[in-house]
Amino acid sequence: MPLIYPRESNAAHAPRLSPAYKSTVKRSPAKPLVIIPHTLSELTGPVYGHETVRENDNDLTIQHNGEPLGERIIVHGHVRDEDGRGVPNTLLEVWQANACGRYIHVVDQHPAPLDPNFTGAGRAQTDSKGYYRFVTIKPGAYPWGNHHNAWRPAHIHFSVFGYSFISRIVTQMYFPGDPLFAYDPIFNSVTDEKARMRMVSSFDLENTQPDWALCYRFDIVLRGRNATPLDND
Amino acid sequence: MSNITPSQTVGPYFKYGLTPGRDYQWNDAFSNDLVTPDVSGERIRIIGQVFDGDGKVVTDSMLEIWQADGQGRFADPLDTRALPNAAFKGFGRCGTDANGVFSFHTVKPGSVPGPGAKPQAPHILLAVFARGMTQQAITRIYFEDESANVADPILTLVPGDRRTTLIARRDHGGVTAYRFDVHLQGDDETVFFDL
Repeated sequence: MPLIYPRESNAAHAPRLSPAYKSTVKRSPAKPLVIIPHTLSELTGPVYGHETVRENDNDLTIQHNGEPLGERIIVHGHVRDEDGRGVPNTLLEVWQANACGRYIHVVDQHPAPLDPNFTGAGRAQTDSKGYYRFVTIKPGAYPWGNHHNAWRPAHIHFSVFGYSFISRIVTQMYFPGDPLFAYDPIFNSVTDEKARMRMVSSFDLENTQPDWALCYRFDIVLRGRNATPLDND
Repeated sequence: MSNITPSQTVGPYFKYGLTPGRDYQWNDAFSNDLVTPDVSGERIRIIGQVFDGDGKVVTDSMLEIWQADGQGRFADPLDTRALPNAAFKGFGRCGTDANGVFSFHTVKPGSVPGPGAKPQAPHILLAVFARGMTQQAITRIYFEDESANVADPILTLVPGDRRTTLIARRDHGGVTAYRFDVHLQGDDETVFFDL
């Protein structure tokens, strides 16, 4: 069943120019985007085999000889389309800071320790119902140079594909109740409050594993809906 | 209002997760070399740089391409025509280096159907992600030596004076090479699409 991708759905995204997030000022297109029809080129997208995701790629706590430091957590949820149907066999890539808020990336020179047992990268594929699951360490908040005393709320970066090149999304998952939300221009670049709160995971006591790990649920909704819903009469 | 999850910037630190190369203890899921042993069609190289609104090179962006094979067929179940290049995936990813340079090694795509079954000139979709971009910007790479460009149903929707930003220029090099620079903003701003 081919899906359609109404442009109106893009209203959930942040404006490309969001001046409080200073790097957008010189990196956002200033000329009008050109509206074109969705052709086969836009409506198709990459398909990957099981070779893309190796066993245990979804567990960021067992990639090294020892266990990483920090709070072990489970992050799970469903990837769905705009009609609520699970998106099966789609690829998710995640990357994040360690428990101290330090990225392994060479450019991150924030004076917090690296963890030799934590890289912070993972991958998973959704199952036939669109369900995915990661095991990781809760990332820390970290300072950045956007403005005086700027701190990013703790987050995990997500890259998701979906059915087509235009359903593809890169986003960030946040943790509920973070006191830094009000001060973060990246989080607040999404101006619609309901849309913004869809980036915040929820604490999931039911799937928290006793004596082992807290659990957070993060459901992701990608563009794409059925062209002819409820067309039976 | 829609219910989709909003996009957020890829940020400055994606390299170790998305384009690690040999620099980090992680493996690449995708590369900038799309060529597979069984692929037919003309092998080409596309090279370019990414610039910001001040004309400075963007050293922390990620580019992804999506294209049909040499016969104009997509490796996607939605494209129900036969797939002679079974191993050709048509998807590539490359991070820009310290000079803002990216490159792809692939095959020139064939013509694919467009609106009203009108053929489209050979083209490659290109998505640009970067720190400072709240969502990816999507453009198309066309090729200067394709006569079909003049009748392409998408190119003709682009204002005439900006069409050249979508045309890759033949460049020197061993395999057929094309130059395609991306200007995120400014006088030479690349045409991006509202999709």
